[in-house]
Amino acid sequence: MKQRVLVVDDDIALAEMLTIVLRSEGFDPIVCGDGDSALAAFRERKPDLVLLDLMLPGRNGIDVCRAIRAESGVPIVMLTAKSDTVDVVLGLESGADDYVVKPFKPKELVARVRARLRRQEEPTPAALQIADLDIDVAGHSVKRAGVPISLTPLEFDLLVALARKPWQVFTREVLLEQVWGYRHAADTRLVNVHVQRLRSKIEHDPERPEIVVTVRGVGYKAGPA
Amino acid sequence: MIGRFLRRLARLPARLPRGLLRAWRRSITLRVVTATLVLSVTVLALLGQLVMRGVRDGLVDSKVSASRAQAAAGFASAQSRLEAAGTPQRANVGQLLTQIVTALRDQAGSSSLYELVLVPSPTVDADVPAGRLRIATGGVRPASVPAAMATALADEPGSRADRFVSICYGGTDEPCAPDAPRLPAFVVGTQFSVSGAGSYQLYFLFPMTAEAKTLDLVQSRLALAAGALLVLLGAIAALVTRSVVQPVRSAARVAERLAAGGLAERMVERGEDDLAKLASSFNGMASALQRQIGQLEDLSRLQQQFVSDVSHELRTPLTTVRMAADVLYDGREDYPAPAARSAELMHDQLERFEALLAELLEISRFDAGAAVLEAEATDMRTVVRRVVDGVEAMAAAQYGSRIRVEEPTRECIAEIDPRRIERVLRNLVLNALEHGEGRDVRIRLAVDDEAVAVSVRDYGVGLRSGEAALVFNRFWRADPARARVSGGTGLGLSIALEDAHLHGGWLEAWGEPRAGAQFRLTLPRAAGAVLRESPIPLEPVDRRGPRLPPVPGPHHAPEQDPEVARDG
Repeated sequence: MKQRVLVVDDDIALAEMLTIVLRSEGFDPIVCGDGDSALAAFRERKPDLVLLDLMLPGRNGIDVCRAIRAESGVPIVMLTAKSDTVDVVLGLESGADDYVVKPFKPKELVARVRARLRRQEEPTPAALQIADLDIDVAGHSVKRAGVPISLTPLEFDLLVALARKPWQVFTREVLLEQVWGYRHAADTRLVNVHVQRLRSKIEHDPERPEIVVTVRGVGYKAGPA
Repeated sequence: MIGRFLRRLARLPARLPRGLLRAWRRSITLRVVTATLVLSVTVLALLGQLVMRGVRDGLVDSKVSASRAQAAAGFASAQSRLEAAGTPQRANVGQLLTQIVTALRDQAGSSSLYELVLVPSPTVDADVPAGRLRIATGGVRPASVPAAMATALADEPGSRADRFVSICYGGTDEPCAPDAPRLPAFVVGTQFSVSGAGSYQLYFLFPMTAEAKTLDLVQSRLALAAGALLVLLGAIAALVTRSVVQPVRSAARVAERLAAGGLAERMVERGEDDLAKLASSFNGMASALQRQIGQLEDLSRLQQQFVSDVSHELRTPLTTVRMAADVLYDGREDYPAPAARSAELMHDQLERFEALLAELLEISRFDAGAAVLEAEATDMRTVVRRVVDGVEAMAAAQYGSRIRVEEPTRECIAEIDPRRIERVLRNLVLNALEHGEGRDVRIRLAVDDEAVAVSVRDYGVGLRSGEAALVFNRFWRADPARARVSGGTGLGLSIALEDAHLHGGWLEAWGEPRAGAQFRLTLPRAAGAVLRESPIPLEPVDRRGPRLPPVPGPHHAPEQDPEVARDG
């Protein structure tokens, strides 16, 4: 079965070009031209992934991203014309899992889409424990004292990657490779923002993290410092 | 004269102790008050002297004329008594004269307006009884009358003489003791002859005790007035200076706050005087500054907005073109040759166009001041490794160059923006490869307590003198005729320099024709720290000393590659 991709972009030519490329790569693309109808299209067509342009007429991409994230953990990849940190971080903080800066190569876009759609396939123990969190890997759930914590699949993957080898320090590059699935993508802001997001959900005090700890100058690790 | 005095006053501080010296230098009030006081004291002293002299002269003049009149009347009365007595008997002369003197003294009543002294003329023989006659009233010593005066009177009988003397009291015959109390007095004398009894001299002595008392009183009052005046002048000077200095100080305070960024700071404007004018001019200047800065800020915001808009507007169609070109490029084998080649050219040039657009936008972001440093503690070694990993394959394939890295074993953590520094280093390495003529490129990383430095050395064409300063210019090319292999945009090094500056770091170039070039990036390890020196010299180690081909030896670092050194 073909995986369905919802393309939310107001530029007709770009949307058509994206459709051509995605279709030739074996996806089933659906196009939505503005922000207002994006959420309806999302609910109706239940895509496996959303490609979302950040600048949209009507409701802008950030709001659409938040709205979708509020009701689903579906992978969201942002398309943005701005590579300024402020814009990128704002997009990631509103819930996007990844972003592609225009202009991009078709292969790059497809690789990112594939990476987001591919699930973790490595054999891992079914249950992990880190600090006071119980992680059910197979069931994709995280609980603290029996109370489930809602994480997006990407946040879940990030937590599992760290929790699988507690005490080991992961550089941002390694995390990019293991969680996002690409090499040579030097943008560590992606990791930083997602670690912040993860912390805001699982830490008792996100300002003083105890589960996902920063190792100055190197990266992150799971477990008390 | 006043100028000289003021200059001397200005030199005065050299002799003052240190704390006072600082107060002197820093306080206008102190200086003005001191100068005012010194000048006032001088003027008051001169003025006081003038007044005192006037008063004294006035007092003395009136005393002199009154005394002369009194004495004249006395002499006349004495003369008439003598005439009335006719020619006295020799034995009665003393008695007669005593009577006359007593009568004259009695005219003055009980007041000590004057005393009288009667002595024989110095011409009278001292051995005769008349020569020993000496009469004095009020205990005045006859010796109080100076001998010179007596002689002068004797030389000119019938004349009168007067002068100031100091009189002493005591017996009639002894001379004045040197330490006896004396009183200032005015003495008027004359000589007359008693028929048959020789010449005698009669002196009126007018003590000036009252006048001396008056003078003392005037002097003490004047001193009191001068003191009060000095206090007043000092206070006025302090008050006036303060009222002038205060607004100046407040202007200085406001100026400091303005400079610190408080553009809305203003001085208080009160009244219409010069100080109010100062305040209003100052405020006018501050408002003009604020307006101009506001305009610049608006302009900068506009520019940023424009850059952002251009970015978005250009990038969306470019993305579509780019994707279309890629699709065409991927299927080029199915096209006839001209179309296939066109697809290839379009694909390649689009890449160049994209790179150029990205760099133009980046540099305009710097120009608009919109570039932001995202500093995080990073080990520079990982950044260098990442750069080398990224270009190594291309370096070997395209240029036939190897990249050699020399790095310390310890961590090189610095607070940097890794994306920017990676871009800088990649630019430097690509630049070195492009101009390295296929020889190796050497990267050296070094660190000290305050700074971390990376040098990128090539052994290619090098730089002519003066070019090291030009390489960072936008679109600058060493040799415009030279074809570009890597298709660099000409903005890479300019952006690298801006990135280095954003970190508070240095990016410098060294080069010699045919000896290659070295670019050195130095960054402070703590964000915002000021760099003083770099752990790596700008001129490469293998080019130091005399310009001769280096000979392998112990003074050459082990990393020295003799083959490369000969090339250099």
